[in-house]
Amino acid sequence: MDLSFNAEERAFQDEVRGFIAKNLTEEMKRATALTPSVFSDPDIGMAWQRVLHSRGWGAPGWPVEYGGPDWTPAQRWIFETESARAGVPNVNVMGVKMVGPVIIGFGSPEQKNFYLPRILSGEDYWCQGYSEPGSGSDLSSLKTRAVRDGDDYIINGTKIWTTHAHHANRMFALVRTSDGPRQQDGISFILIDMKTPGITTRPILTIGGDHEVNQVFFDDVRVPVANRVGEEGKGWTYGKYLLEFERGSGIASAKLREGLKAIADLAESDLTGRAIDSPDIATRISEVEVDIDALEMTELRVLSALQTGQNPGAVSSILKLRNSEIRQAVTRLGVDVIGHDALAVEPMRPLYRLNHEPPTPEDMLTVVPEYLNGRAYTIFGGTSEIQRDIIAKMMLGI
Amino acid sequence: MDLNLNDEQRLLRESAERFVAESYDADHRRKTANDPLGFSPAVWKQFAELGWLALPIPEEFGGLGGGAVEIGILMEAFGRGLVSEPYVATVVLGAGLIDRCGSAAQKQAILPEISGGSLKLAFAHSERAARFDLAKVATAASKTAQGWRLSGSKIAVLDGHAADEIIVSAHIHDHKGPSGRIGLFLVTATAPGVAVSDYERLGGGRACNIELSDVHLPEDALLGDGHDALPAIEWAVDRAMAALGAEAVGIMQVLLDTTLEYTKIRKQFGRPLSANQVIRHRLADMAMQVDESRSMALRAALKVDSPPVERARAASGAKAKIGKCARFVGEQSIQLHGGMGVTEELEVGAYFKRLVAFDTLFGGSAHHYGRHARLGRTIVPA
Repeated sequence: MDLSFNAEERAFQDEVRGFIAKNLTEEMKRATALTPSVFSDPDIGMAWQRVLHSRGWGAPGWPVEYGGPDWTPAQRWIFETESARAGVPNVNVMGVKMVGPVIIGFGSPEQKNFYLPRILSGEDYWCQGYSEPGSGSDLSSLKTRAVRDGDDYIINGTKIWTTHAHHANRMFALVRTSDGPRQQDGISFILIDMKTPGITTRPILTIGGDHEVNQVFFDDVRVPVANRVGEEGKGWTYGKYLLEFERGSGIASAKLREGLKAIADLAESDLTGRAIDSPDIATRISEVEVDIDALEMTELRVLSALQTGQNPGAVSSILKLRNSEIRQAVTRLGVDVIGHDALAVEPMRPLYRLNHEPPTPEDMLTVVPEYLNGRAYTIFGGTSEIQRDIIAKMMLGI
Repeated sequence: MDLNLNDEQRLLRESAERFVAESYDADHRRKTANDPLGFSPAVWKQFAELGWLALPIPEEFGGLGGGAVEIGILMEAFGRGLVSEPYVATVVLGAGLIDRCGSAAQKQAILPEISGGSLKLAFAHSERAARFDLAKVATAASKTAQGWRLSGSKIAVLDGHAADEIIVSAHIHDHKGPSGRIGLFLVTATAPGVAVSDYERLGGGRACNIELSDVHLPEDALLGDGHDALPAIEWAVDRAMAALGAEAVGIMQVLLDTTLEYTKIRKQFGRPLSANQVIRHRLADMAMQVDESRSMALRAALKVDSPPVERARAASGAKAKIGKCARFVGEQSIQLHGGMGVTEELEVGAYFKRLVAFDTLFGGSAHHYGRHARLGRTIVPA
């Protein structure tokens, strides 16, 4: 057993570090640090995607034939960890990490040829049409309907919590094409051009003051049947496949560690009157750090199993659950550390392009919005309650 | 980076788990619990034959040269059986301190005896006034014409009643008074002035308090040359905490498995307990905490020989986190067993008590989160 990387892996680590140092601009770094929502805005995120693509690193999880870099699990770990350490933009995952693998797994040759290069290059910007106002955790009860009309489907209904729908030019969606004996039957996976007539988008402001999610309405929206991925009525299978990717590549600890470091630095700063000197705050920082250590070790144990071709099992639900809970613990700690500065609200966005003096020092600007928006971590991608159900069923057999 | 077990480690795990499953059942535990020794000399002999007593001892002294990871593999299996043999006292703490501090002659005299099973050690360090502070030692060792004179009181000495030799820590006083150095002294349990009062330890095995009143020791009772032993003590205790953490993981796994089984069988309101979401989620949390604990015990073991601050933070982090998880898993195991969980008729209570003992030993969660914090950041004490 060995926690350290071998010479080859260390050389790769140097290569990644060097590449990031050379290409990550101060503007990208500052914008990322000052983004209190999950993903960077497209001008920042896609700029970084183009940088990665230029090096052949645009889609770490994809097979080589589609433009993936053919990394080992250890290399992916190193890449993600170095990216988090350096504070690179949070590229929207809906393209590379979500719809990409589904198209690769189940798409037609035409779909692969058309969509995959555009995801890699950042030319297309995707959003996810899954949840509906009436279908949250019970996702397969969805009601948005696609009715066949010649070579088209005509879509009516609504999707909600659609991240970056206001930026996206494409959406992948689960729609009902028929009614089967089970509600999971008759769902199809369809790719929609967001400029199609009949689509309207309503912004939803989160409690942190950010516009990241939307509600999208479909009013007789005509989509070619050729835009369906895989078989009609089998969309639930593809959708679940995708959710496994959404629940995490299993490499989250490095980002959590950077988040905690920022809070701990504030706690050691005179800006907070050295909050760290309160034993309660110091101990809580340690508690969260130790939780991150445990998560990191679990990630590395999974990685080791993957390296030798073993199946890590239902542990992805544990990783998702712990990542979301620890992330919330970090942001909760942040609010307590900044003390009275938590009272100040800066309503303008983006925070990295304010044209006035903000009410708190810049390092504190995202603390409260991140805490407030962060409540969503245990809700999206399958709530913590759903994850516990999965752990009970898959790991414990009950 | 590779956290998979190698072939030797897999074999070690299999043989340890097989031993516990076949030879260390509830009957055996009951028998040793009622024995004044608190463990079985026959089992100790088996440990020697299996090579487990030699496991972490360097090869040049008749050992197998294993590390903290191998100790952890063994300890996790021991936890499954609530093994009460003095393994931590003799092999993890005792042999570790001899190896770190002893002179070549002392190592040569003692370590092979440990490997062979003919010598048992204990480590007497904790004192009432020191609480969990390893640096605070009031027991005094004064230089005499013939050697040393020791006086003081030690508490919570694991397996001291069974030890042939007790390693006693004492503040060295030279002719100018307190030197600021801690020394480790080999004290024979039967030496004049040594009073050992042992007691049944919570969760199995025994521990003792030791009174030392003007105990006269020869010159060579001091381990090594009288350098301050505190760094070695900290290393040894950190390594012991990693080992005990692995043992706690084994204990927690048994409690989880047992409780899971029970909730499947036990019917209330016409359906198994495990059909209720509140129970399923509790069990999911327990499973998650067992898994986190396993990660932390392994992490502490892998960092035993890292630089001191890194090692100490890993050990304290593991002790704190596993202690917290152990309390949760233990308390919930009893809760989900209902009234029966509070009785001596089930073994759940015995496993729970060992976890409580684990959490307390060498300092509980609060102490170790505090140590972790102090070592990690510049903190001005309030």
